[in-house]
Amino acid sequence: MNVRSQPSAALTGAALITAQQEKPLLRFVACGSVDHGKSTLIGCLLYDSKQLFDDQIDALAVDSRKFGTQGEKLDFSLLLDGLAAEREQNITIDVAYRFFATAQRKFIVIDAPGHEEYTANMATGASVADLGLVLVAADGGLTRQLKRHLVILSLLGIRSVVLAVNKMDRVGWSAETYRTIEAEFREFATALGIDAIVCIPIAANSGDNVVGRSQSMPWYNGPTLLEYLEQAEPTRGSRPGPFRMSIQWVNRPSPDFRGYSGLITSGKVQVGMPVKIYPSGRSSRVARIVTFDGDLVDAAAGRSVTLTLADPVDASRGDLVAGIEQAPEIADEILTRVFWMSDAPLRPGQNYLLKLATSTATASVEPNLSVIDLDTRQLAEAASMARNEIGTCTFKLDRPIAVDRYADCKDTGSFILIDPETFDTVGMGCVERTCAPRPRWWRWSWPASWRLKRKNPDAAKPTRRSETHFRSLAKAMSWRATGSLDTFVVTFVITGSTKLAGSVAVTEIMTKVLIYYCHERIWAWVPWGKARPTHSPGLQQSLGH
Amino acid sequence: MDAHSRFIDGLEDSPTVATARESIARSSTHLEQLEAESIHIIREAVAESDNPVLLYSIGKDSSVLLHLALKAFYPAPPPFPLLHIDTTWKFREMIAFRNVRTCELGLRLIAHTNRDGLARGINPITSGSKLHTDVMKTQALRQALDQHRFDIALGGARRDEEKSRAKERVFSFRSARHLWDPKRQRPEPWRIYNGRKRRGESIRVFPLSNWTELDIWRYIDQEQIPLVSLYFAAPRPVVVRDGELIVVDDDRLPLAPGELPVIKSVRFRTLGCYPLTGAIESNARTVAEIIQETLASRYSERRGRVIDGDGAASMERKKQEGYF
Ligand SMILES: Nc1nc2c(ncn2[C@@H]2O[C@H](COP(=O)(O)OP(=O)(O)OP(=O)(O)O)[C@@H](O)[C@H]2O)c(=O)[nH]1
Ligand SMILES: [Mg+2]
Repeated sequence: MNVRSQPSAALTGAALITAQQEKPLLRFVACGSVDHGKSTLIGCLLYDSKQLFDDQIDALAVDSRKFGTQGEKLDFSLLLDGLAAEREQNITIDVAYRFFATAQRKFIVIDAPGHEEYTANMATGASVADLGLVLVAADGGLTRQLKRHLVILSLLGIRSVVLAVNKMDRVGWSAETYRTIEAEFREFATALGIDAIVCIPIAANSGDNVVGRSQSMPWYNGPTLLEYLEQAEPTRGSRPGPFRMSIQWVNRPSPDFRGYSGLITSGKVQVGMPVKIYPSGRSSRVARIVTFDGDLVDAAAGRSVTLTLADPVDASRGDLVAGIEQAPEIADEILTRVFWMSDAPLRPGQNYLLKLATSTATASVEPNLSVIDLDTRQLAEAASMARNEIGTCTFKLDRPIAVDRYADCKDTGSFILIDPETFDTVGMGCVERTCAPRPRWWRWSWPASWRLKRKNPDAAKPTRRSETHFRSLAKAMSWRATGSLDTFVVTFVITGSTKLAGSVAVTEIMTKVLIYYCHERIWAWVPWGKARPTHSPGLQQSLGH
Repeated sequence: MDAHSRFIDGLEDSPTVATARESIARSSTHLEQLEAESIHIIREAVAESDNPVLLYSIGKDSSVLLHLALKAFYPAPPPFPLLHIDTTWKFREMIAFRNVRTCELGLRLIAHTNRDGLARGINPITSGSKLHTDVMKTQALRQALDQHRFDIALGGARRDEEKSRAKERVFSFRSARHLWDPKRQRPEPWRIYNGRKRRGESIRVFPLSNWTELDIWRYIDQEQIPLVSLYFAAPRPVVVRDGELIVVDDDRLPLAPGELPVIKSVRFRTLGCYPLTGAIESNARTVAEIIQETLASRYSERRGRVIDGDGAASMERKKQEGYF
């Protein structure tokens, strides 16, 4: 009864199977405004490329009659919108992941919701995509929500998109309308650093230029959507990168075996290779690369392994094993790009749990918050970051951790923010740089549009770091003096005795806050002691660009 | 002897040929990626859990999941027990296979049956598939998780199985009452999983989320994973119920007066309670033949599941109530 499968000789003989296994996988995310036709397009893609089973097609026909918006015809969006609430309202609420393969290639399609309410779900889906499939309805044009999606793609480092101008039937298959949208889109996306753009005019509910070529748009002679996707080579993550493995689990089955298990997220490791454990910085050498299928001599990014080290170094979950070249940064303060997803806004002074790779630290929000304006694509200083806003934020961590810039190593440069009370995931972010002065920062660069715009270059708003030590010292002393004076006056006014010192102390805390505020405002008028904007790159640089 | 002819000679040596063939089978980077991703998920789940458990349903997906769990913690054994929700209506072969397999691997097995449901006489034949599934599977699972205080449960569900599954997170959060809220799922970007939960809340983790049915079969072939023989075609006694081929596994299935089961060569694409699981006619006796048939099939895997058909969006509703 315990049937072991037969050896795979028959299998290797099947040319079809071998061919299928060699296809490079493409993950793409469909995004754009609500109702512009994303789910319909993906459904059409699955249907026209014959990816559906007969029972699924039968069910689709039944569903189309019941919930569909297409009369007697099939409503392809119902193939994707699988939740009851989605079918009732004819909108997508959460991302759907679908897998399909053509003779050329394997695909993972991620159908994202367009509605602003569910932007967090769109970001979830987009974070694993190599390419963005952006839909714009020809009769709808570029909306705010579409712009938000593009900014999120840019935040995630997705630089290749295909623009599908949908519902061409609604505009009489007009080449002119298509070209206007294309031009506007290119202008907006290019400024965000999305530089590989391909545009295709389509109609998703009739399948024009989706799999088959459209008869109605003879003026378009580029590839159909599927033709394009089959050969697309997204520009992303092809660099080999330095060795990185975050420790997930310490494997100790017996006193004489201590292995560190993790997924290699970047680079390559070999037996005998010198490595360092971060954040402690201790050095060792890889003794063995252990797997269930036997020891390996080397292993590259994308493999889950267990390493043993030559020296008995102390390492635990959350630590990073890295090669000695291109070391990660060890920092307790990081400047990041953030997408905020919670109803309660992100505010300076608040604390969150920041989970980066396998390490979790408590992070407090520093005051230099800025939020991107979707229409102008400019960052502007802000007091808080509301739900669905995108911007930059500095986090101070309760202990140093090892990080990389997101642009260098995605997995050790991205994080989620967890509410410490509800444990909900409230934000996601990418490390832009650490906040300790290091020369390699000069490589730092945002797409021009991500830079903080300043009206008058000579009147840079002073940031925390623009104050000299003397100035801070002077402020501290003046504060001490006024504070003590305040204590004295308050004590004297209330009782003149020391008996009620306790109540005075409490009162003092409250009055101090108010007085300090007035004090700060007065200081803000004093130009003396302020540093000139330095030429050190970073946020300051973008301030002064 | 030049390098080329040495190479040719080497090939005729049988061990080398075997190695060469093996490496062809192993050259599938797609399966390697899926495997590495699943192992990563399993380790994250266990590392973030106080009391993890693996839901073992004896089917092919569970078998792959168990295999991946062995790999994830090798050379240590997986640091969690297996939980099987036994409705008492599983195929006899499944139970026998389960006992042999867990014994072989030296793993702790918790088999849980809803005693209360059993006492009430709930069964798939007279109670109907809906009530049976609710009481003997969903409620039973909730009982077992509560009783043992498991906070993270690993399961073998895949996104390609069904439309509402395609929407589910890898770390799927459940309230203290085991409810799933599909409209308020936690965002889950990249491969950073949020395993935090308050007391009483739990998380179902699906390491096979991104696998397809075909990936599962190819991996079973590549890794030679043992499976219960019901997946392979054999002559079995069947009757037709609601258009489905039901294998008569024991004498609890009532037959119409004069009805005789017919012997047909059938196999299963998915396994559950025997009166609720339709077989397909097939001659595929090996994994390779199953892969060929799967490639050519015009029907999806879940078609044979009687329970999915209990009204539109039935899977979603069952999941909201705490079904796996
Ligand atoms: N005329 C016309 N209508 C279309 C076309 N493509 C989609 N539609 C219709 O547009 C409506 C919205 O389609 P969906 O696919 O649900 O839109 P969506 O972008 O997935 O919406 P969300 O997921 O909710 O953001 C449906 O009624 C479709 O039938 C098209 O090419 N032409
Ligand atoms: Mg949609």
